[in-house]
Amino acid sequence: MKPVTQIRSRTVVLPIDNVDTDQIIPARFLVTTSRDGLGGLLFADWRFDEKGQQRADFVLNRPEAQGARVLVAGRNFGCGSSREHAVWALQAFGIDAVVSTAFADIFRANALKNGLLPVQVDEDAQAALFGAPGAEVVIDVAGGTLSTGERRATFPLEPFARYCVLNGLDELSFLLTREAEISAFEAAAGSVPWRTS
Amino acid sequence: MQGRPRTLVDKIWDSHLVSAETAETPAVLYVDLHLVHEVTSPQAFSELRARGLKLRRADRTVATMDHSIPTRLATNGKRALAVGAAGEQVKALEKNCKDFGVPLYAVGDERQGIVHVIGPELGLTQPGFTIVCGDSHTSTHGAFGALAFGIGTSEVGHVLATQCLLQRRPKTFAVEFSGRLAPGVTAKDLILGLIARIGTAGASGHALEYRGSAIRALSMDERMTVCNMSIEAGARAGLVGPDETTYEYLAGRPFAPKGASWDAALARWRALPSDDGAAFDEELHIDAEEIQPMITWGTSPGMGIPVRGVVPDPKGDASLEKALRYMGLEAGKPLLGRKVDVVFIGSCTNSRLSDLREAAKVLRGRRVAAGVRALVVPGSQSVKQQAEAEGLDRVFRDAGAEWREPGCSMCLGMNDDRLEPGQYAVSTSNRNFEGRQGKGGRTFLASPTTAAVAAVRGAIADAREVLS
Repeated sequence: MKPVTQIRSRTVVLPIDNVDTDQIIPARFLVTTSRDGLGGLLFADWRFDEKGQQRADFVLNRPEAQGARVLVAGRNFGCGSSREHAVWALQAFGIDAVVSTAFADIFRANALKNGLLPVQVDEDAQAALFGAPGAEVVIDVAGGTLSTGERRATFPLEPFARYCVLNGLDELSFLLTREAEISAFEAAAGSVPWRTS
Repeated sequence: MQGRPRTLVDKIWDSHLVSAETAETPAVLYVDLHLVHEVTSPQAFSELRARGLKLRRADRTVATMDHSIPTRLATNGKRALAVGAAGEQVKALEKNCKDFGVPLYAVGDERQGIVHVIGPELGLTQPGFTIVCGDSHTSTHGAFGALAFGIGTSEVGHVLATQCLLQRRPKTFAVEFSGRLAPGVTAKDLILGLIARIGTAGASGHALEYRGSAIRALSMDERMTVCNMSIEAGARAGLVGPDETTYEYLAGRPFAPKGASWDAALARWRALPSDDGAAFDEELHIDAEEIQPMITWGTSPGMGIPVRGVVPDPKGDASLEKALRYMGLEAGKPLLGRKVDVVFIGSCTNSRLSDLREAAKVLRGRRVAAGVRALVVPGSQSVKQQAEAEGLDRVFRDAGAEWREPGCSMCLGMNDDRLEPGQYAVSTSNRNFEGRQGKGGRTFLASPTTAAVAAVRGAIADAREVLS
């Protein structure tokens, strides 16, 4: 995972609530054994029509959205399936941060494990971003701020997740350092019966 | 903190702490049971290989195939095999399980089935456990008083390698259903009613605990239906405190404790339910008698209405308007009488034996309406065998429905069981998202009874009227 300290980008605005992970990447594309190559499948059924042609009216297809790395979306982004492919597809497409008033819990956890930033702002900040598509924003991870010109919003980040994102560290490496404690826990819990056949 | 009343979640949480959380670091939480399937595991096994790591606890890990496998028979009468990319994924699971030593209930094994159906029926799922799986409907196992939740593929790797996860304690949300469900109202209606009321993010960050007399009266199958859809209310988990119904279900199951171990387990389980006076972060009371048979009209599980209700007015809400357009519906109009093309009875929400019995009650001696395709997909080989022993397969076949092999099937259309663009389906599954059951397909979520009645009528109907 690459360290992320600051994201500076134009926004692309998708003002829809409850964007579920089936929209972010439809289930029929999950028959893969790799985490790579999913960028072209992001929002596949919203981006492409029945003939596989780009739908000109979908925000991510518009010329002004090209190169935007911050997606501003409606409430409860990433709800539904636990598929981490949703995060991989967003990142492969070029999205570094998603801004919403609320994220589904599993999506948030998956995002942070890959360095995709879930930026949870209040409704006023979201409304301002919805009203100014393509605005230039600066997201500061250490300070937990999202700035647009003079306007500044704050967002929460779980301290350990922030530390991992800032330093490009992954949780598995951290968990592996706790081996002695895990073994001690198992030894103490050894009397609990388990698999019998 | 001895003596402070604790919730069920508190008790499970406290007993699984390898290390407690601090302001700086989450808790290291021990996982009792890790369920694995073909779709969300390959990248996790690749990560272990890349780092030279081994599976830590083969005895706490079980794999099966369910999501992408075909559920039909091939022309030779044997079960069709996954082909193409899905076939490669199934082969990857077989290789990964062999290389890392994971027990695998593959297609052909009598224990194969939907991961959330086989865990309970094998007795792998037990009260007080922490249970995870790379699937959001892991909340199903909470019906046994287990803390069970879905995880992403990175976390699948964490559990394979360390049997632990880094987690913050979920907040708790008690929902008390008093009274009893009215005749003709099912567990599916109860949970669809709750989600319609609190919304798809109504329980975000929380573990739901379902309580009250209406919950106590539910069978384990029904409790699983309720807990299964906790995730559709945004909850991290959904639990029911264990009771005699739970113990009766578990007794004698293949992996349930036996003899003296059973007695010891029972003593532990009886101490699990939330203490009187335990404090929850949120509480809600619902009179179960007021719950009506429910159906969803839109593209989010929270968009539910009583089956006799009307499609709501979006009042300018862009997301609701988008849902109406996608569904091709008009605000203010009823759903009753609306024609359907497909009926799907299956999924981890409603594919257990009691669900099939409910559907069979409707279909016995009746015919699936002309032009309607009806699929009945049992949740596991065990469910399939029991259903066939009772003759339910004949009931479905005689009615003109397809009787399938176990798997996730049309719930998410990862195999070839898919809706065609524009088709309407009444489905007993859990998600009505755009394209969930096939690109362009339109889903009404409902109970097995309501789904079976729709199959017979060829249109959405109130089962209480049809069956009376």
